[in-house]
Amino acid sequence: MQHFSLRQFLRHGLALAAFCVAIAAVQLAYGRGPWDVQLVYSLAIGMPSWLLIDLGRLWLSRRSPIPWPLGWQGWALVAVGGTIGFHIGSAIGDAYRQKVLGAAAVAAAGGPSSAMVTTVLACLALAFFFYAQGKSRYLEGKIAEVERDAAEARLKLLETQLEPHLMFNTLANLRVLIATDPPRAQAMLDHLIDYLRATLGASRATLHPLADEFARLRDYLELMSVRMGPRLAYTLDLPESLAGVPVPPLLLQPLAENAIRHGLEPKVEGGTLHIAARQLADGRLELVVKDSGVGLADPAGAPTPPAGPAHQQSFGLRQVRERLHTLYGNDGTIELIAILPSGTCARAVFPSKPLLP
Amino acid sequence: MSSTPLPPAARPAASHSSPRALIAEDEPLLATALRHELAQAWPELQIVATVGDGLAAVQQALALQPEVLFFDIRMPGQSGLEAAAELADAWPAGTPFPALVFVTAYDQYAVQAFEAQAVDYLLKPVQPGRLRKAVLKLQATLDRQATPAALDFEATLERLRALVALPGAGGAGAPGAPNAAPQPAPLSVIQASSGAQIHMVPVADVVYFEAADKYVRVLTATQEYLIRTPLKELAAQLDAEVFWQVHRGTLVRASAIASAVRDESGRLHLRLRDRPESLPVSRLYAHRFKAM
Repeated sequence: MQHFSLRQFLRHGLALAAFCVAIAAVQLAYGRGPWDVQLVYSLAIGMPSWLLIDLGRLWLSRRSPIPWPLGWQGWALVAVGGTIGFHIGSAIGDAYRQKVLGAAAVAAAGGPSSAMVTTVLACLALAFFFYAQGKSRYLEGKIAEVERDAAEARLKLLETQLEPHLMFNTLANLRVLIATDPPRAQAMLDHLIDYLRATLGASRATLHPLADEFARLRDYLELMSVRMGPRLAYTLDLPESLAGVPVPPLLLQPLAENAIRHGLEPKVEGGTLHIAARQLADGRLELVVKDSGVGLADPAGAPTPPAGPAHQQSFGLRQVRERLHTLYGNDGTIELIAILPSGTCARAVFPSKPLLP
Repeated sequence: MSSTPLPPAARPAASHSSPRALIAEDEPLLATALRHELAQAWPELQIVATVGDGLAAVQQALALQPEVLFFDIRMPGQSGLEAAAELADAWPAGTPFPALVFVTAYDQYAVQAFEAQAVDYLLKPVQPGRLRKAVLKLQATLDRQATPAALDFEATLERLRALVALPGAGGAGAPGAPNAAPQPAPLSVIQASSGAQIHMVPVADVVYFEAADKYVRVLTATQEYLIRTPLKELAAQLDAEVFWQVHRGTLVRASAIASAVRDESGRLHLRLRDRPESLPVSRLYAHRFKAM
């Protein structure tokens, strides 16, 4: 039973005993009989009902995230628990009353109907209490989970962009250039500075002009072409008319990284990367990241196995897809197309204005 | 790999004349830099070749047989670890295996394993002080003529075996962070497609799996199927005690092996109970076939 905790169980037990004492006090106030008899009735009915309902709900909800059985099961549980508890408790209470007051008193007592009403009301209150408590705990847990997920996603994005392998290799190249070609070292350092500033400062909420987006891509690709030498050739194609279109910052970054890391880096002879923007006939913006690398693992389009590198590879793509969806709803799409004989093309299409500014 | 220790092989007097080295590094600037740094730290060392990928690394090492190898870990074609393993397998018997130094920018898991296996490695950016230490160690290794080559080689195989088993050892381009992915459930059925059909092949019927280009061949006693799941991923979902890795590209059901036979050149081959083929065993995995 996943929701069971001994502490909570004992706390419920104590709360219930206090509840029973309170009911006995009310009964006493209405003059239904001596306090000890009322207390015995109250506890004898209340405790078994509680045990049945509390243990029953734990058992019935053992496979559900909310610790209360939903639908008819919940009502049935209260009905069955209350009925059994009522019968056990009445028997014990009757026996006690008989012992204390004699047989005649039993017949003269308030009769089962008022005790029944009390039991039903108490059981419903009890059920509602468990339900509300369980639900609020569930919601609290959910909120914490969502917050954790968001933080994890941010961290993971940063991790892929500031990947230690990229950083140390870049620094190693920089170290070489400082000795052999200081002006080139300086240029590389400038690209690194801009790349770091953009990556560390990238806010998910704001937009920046497409020209800036392309400038950041150039920083990254310049760093990569120092590292890969003649194995990487790249082109950036941004029409003048689109330079000012607002786009989410570093939207294309993960796509360019994927193209390099999974497409061109593993390819012995290297290849070309082509990034272009254009306006479609319907006014939407089309951004394309196309590489001539080793290509998708499965060009035939058969379902790829869920485990393994495919999963890691899809992180960048998923991230871009989520951002497009948040900003443009169903008008923002991204697709991966296999290029034959080898290569991959990522194509993002979205309106030139976001849903929400 | 004969069981009697071989005498120190006739290497062209490594420690006396100038030793020769091969550099495998895919980033041209870094390769040039390592060359220059080595010229400072070890003027006698002659760099006979610099290659940019894991496949050329093996070819050139076999062709030139240098005494020292500097292998980058992350290279196109195949990783430095895979290249070293392949090289060890193809290395001619009787010739001492070169001293290996791995070079890496950042491979947390590999570095841990290098430490554990006492394999020499350099971190990029390569710093002169650290390089000098590595050079001293290499010189000592090359001078240690007394060690029988066969014993040395056995130890090298042992280390490579441990390294190749690393989570991030594969993946030529980018092993990425080999994050603690949940262990996939053990496979019981292989689903292989042929045309419009999906064949359900019980794992219990499989005699061996063999990597073939982009596919993996699945062989039962009577049939052959092709699947796309990489061998490495498949291996993770199979019981390693039931299916033995005997080669980089071969997983065999241990109970389907009839015998292991050594040929004239010392290579092991497996004969199977239910299939006519004989399967070569890589030196890396030959240790599994010993009499009880």
